[in-house]
Amino acid sequence: MKTFHKGGVHPNDNKLNADAPAQVLTYNGPFCIMVSQHLGAPSRPIVQKGDQVKRGQPLTENTAFPGSVVHAPVSGTVQNVTEAPDTGNFARPAIFIQPEGDEKEDFISDDPTLEREISLSPQEIIERIKDMGIVGLGGACFPTHVKLSVPKDGKAEYLLINGVECEPYLIDDYRLMLDKPDEILVGIRILMKALSVDKAIVGIEANKPKAIALLRQKAADCDGITVEALRMKYPQGAEKQLVKALTGREVPSGKLPIHTGCVIQNVGTCFAVYEAVQKHKPLTERLVTVTGPCVESPRNFWVKIGTPVSALVEACGGRPENTGKVIAGGPMMGKALPHLDLPVTKGLSALLLLPEEQAHRRTAEHCIRCGKCVEACPMGLEPYLLHAAVRNKRMDLCERHHITDCIECGCCQYTCPSFRPLLDTLRLGKSKVNQIIRNRNTPTR
Amino acid sequence: MSAEKSAFQKLTVSGSPHIHGPESVSKIMWGVVIALLPALTVSIYYFGRPAVRTIIVSTAACVACEWLIQRFMLKKPVTVQDGSAVITGLLLAFNLPATLPWWMTVLGAMAAIGLAKMAYGGLGNNPFNPALVGRVFLLISFPVAMTTWPRPQPMADLERQAVEISAAAGSTATDALTGPTPLGLIKEGLQQGMTIDESIKHLGLTPWEMLTGQHAGSLGEVSVLAILLGGLFLLWRRIITWHIPAAFLGSAFVFAAILHAADPQAFLPPGFSLLSGGIMLGAFFMATDMVTSPMTPWGKIIFGLGCGVLTILIRNFGAYPEGVSFAILIMNAFVPLINRGFKPKRYGC
Repeated sequence: MKTFHKGGVHPNDNKLNADAPAQVLTYNGPFCIMVSQHLGAPSRPIVQKGDQVKRGQPLTENTAFPGSVVHAPVSGTVQNVTEAPDTGNFARPAIFIQPEGDEKEDFISDDPTLEREISLSPQEIIERIKDMGIVGLGGACFPTHVKLSVPKDGKAEYLLINGVECEPYLIDDYRLMLDKPDEILVGIRILMKALSVDKAIVGIEANKPKAIALLRQKAADCDGITVEALRMKYPQGAEKQLVKALTGREVPSGKLPIHTGCVIQNVGTCFAVYEAVQKHKPLTERLVTVTGPCVESPRNFWVKIGTPVSALVEACGGRPENTGKVIAGGPMMGKALPHLDLPVTKGLSALLLLPEEQAHRRTAEHCIRCGKCVEACPMGLEPYLLHAAVRNKRMDLCERHHITDCIECGCCQYTCPSFRPLLDTLRLGKSKVNQIIRNRNTPTR
Repeated sequence: MSAEKSAFQKLTVSGSPHIHGPESVSKIMWGVVIALLPALTVSIYYFGRPAVRTIIVSTAACVACEWLIQRFMLKKPVTVQDGSAVITGLLLAFNLPATLPWWMTVLGAMAAIGLAKMAYGGLGNNPFNPALVGRVFLLISFPVAMTTWPRPQPMADLERQAVEISAAAGSTATDALTGPTPLGLIKEGLQQGMTIDESIKHLGLTPWEMLTGQHAGSLGEVSVLAILLGGLFLLWRRIITWHIPAAFLGSAFVFAAILHAADPQAFLPPGFSLLSGGIMLGAFFMATDMVTSPMTPWGKIIFGLGCGVLTILIRNFGAYPEGVSFAILIMNAFVPLINRGFKPKRYGC
């Protein structure tokens, strides 16, 4: 079975209640749509307080690169265009909508029958994906149309589909693969057409045998699409590790996967692409896992973007008494939320509730130079060295030892027997070094 | 009501990752202690009460020394419960003759913990293996006591013999109770003009006796089998990797074989080299010390190679019959250089 070879860790996968069917979350309160829900240049709101909006109507515009837009998840009235806290509790522009009636944009098709025929041209597909606000749903939220526009110095050979879901607890991609395999495969074919590649590989970790079997069976009818079972290892879902696992190629330092001929899309994104291109639906809802050791019945919900996170927790029986930490995303790379009064965004794959006894770190001890962080680093860095360099403010050393290659997967900190906050310092050092590099490359006047 | 209460309960916010692997420093350290148990049991079986005494004195002195320094000199939180001082104490005892006077053992423990560990900043900061520094300190300070080895006498009361040894010190009567290590005997034989073959014959040990350690030597080093058992446990628990022991023993074997092939009557045969002295203890427990060994697989291999070659060099050409301690300490000094020279292979390079 294939996998990537350098580093990685094996956390317990904790896929709780993975076979529970997905439910649609009903929520009728006000929606809060963050204006910018993608990685890149910020968007501008194009609606005003008091405006009536239809479901699927664009709420923002973005002419910058790379940019993406958001749409109204429901029809209703714009209550306010103001600010709301993001996952880091920073105030960001947001649009509040009070739902009313059920009017939708005329172009949207709610017909659930599978549409196999791809009628749009590659250019039209990319244009449509951009207009429908599709971003990478694996969590990074990078605008999908940008990835499909291959730069001049690259050539796409492979489309790699990320169904790895290597983070413990997360089951939304798995659920989607079981519930919407046909739609995902059409989505893959759409992306293949947009990129004009004839080979697509779906990578799924071996702990999801049902998804592997189902997609293999369905993919038998699709030319050029293969499904690869991957040996379980974190962080296999990271772009560079997935390229290595599926093609054996390595993305050179400082380059993008496209420079090795690969474009990577998440299975969730494939489904969103299907909906956008075949049904002309903007991205206004997604599948979210609500899980954790103290959650009574972990499961997946189809949630409209803009729903408050607290509504999701309520639907799972409320916040358990002993909840100590709520994480947006998985336990390895997710963000701990300051409170639950935050809206669901396009990048939210899961809500993980950890009990109080699992919410805290242990006290850091001395580094015993065991080298386990070096062994675990999938990028071949030396976290112990970078950690010391950052603490001694030696940014030159950090740069020389390639701190900018760090993918922030957290393997070093996960494995450290001394509980040292390796990733905390590496993140800090990485952003400082990136700042230094940017300043150096900006000509001074 | 309860929902209201929980809504006000504060949430913890911290950077990812939010989960941690099963490993911790104390688990690693106590794992090493468990791995030392087979050799410990064998040493008590062979050397009786003096072995028990030396082990207890050494361990207690190391722990006490660390505690006193942290508590009263550094005035910092005391971390003796992490088990690292216990390991140093056990390993130091393993490297001493069982009948060494207790106050010498205490001095060795003070050198190991005070000089080699705490003076550099405690666990994780010491460049040299503390137990080996303690041993070499004693070897240089008390050369006679440190090379007076009791003969292993299963379950015998060696306490009485130890008294007799010190009473008879210097006279020929000592020979009945103490004896040279196999390596020491051969070195002596060579100096007296005997060939290797004659010396080994004179030694009269079968390979089984060598494996089980039925000959004079340091307390914990004699039984190759017991050490191998502990070493396998360390490998299985992933506390050590195969690189250092394999490179250490492999290079020692190959280098000894080359020397032996060049002049079979002047140099030790390779198999004998691996079964005698402290090379097994060194390869599995001393050289693999995380703090004082390199970080990367290739670095570890180079480190192990250096240890193996130096051990054979010292044994065959040096003044001492045994060279494991010196070889490891010398290679310890090269670790920063090895860490610089042997970087992990980066992704995308």
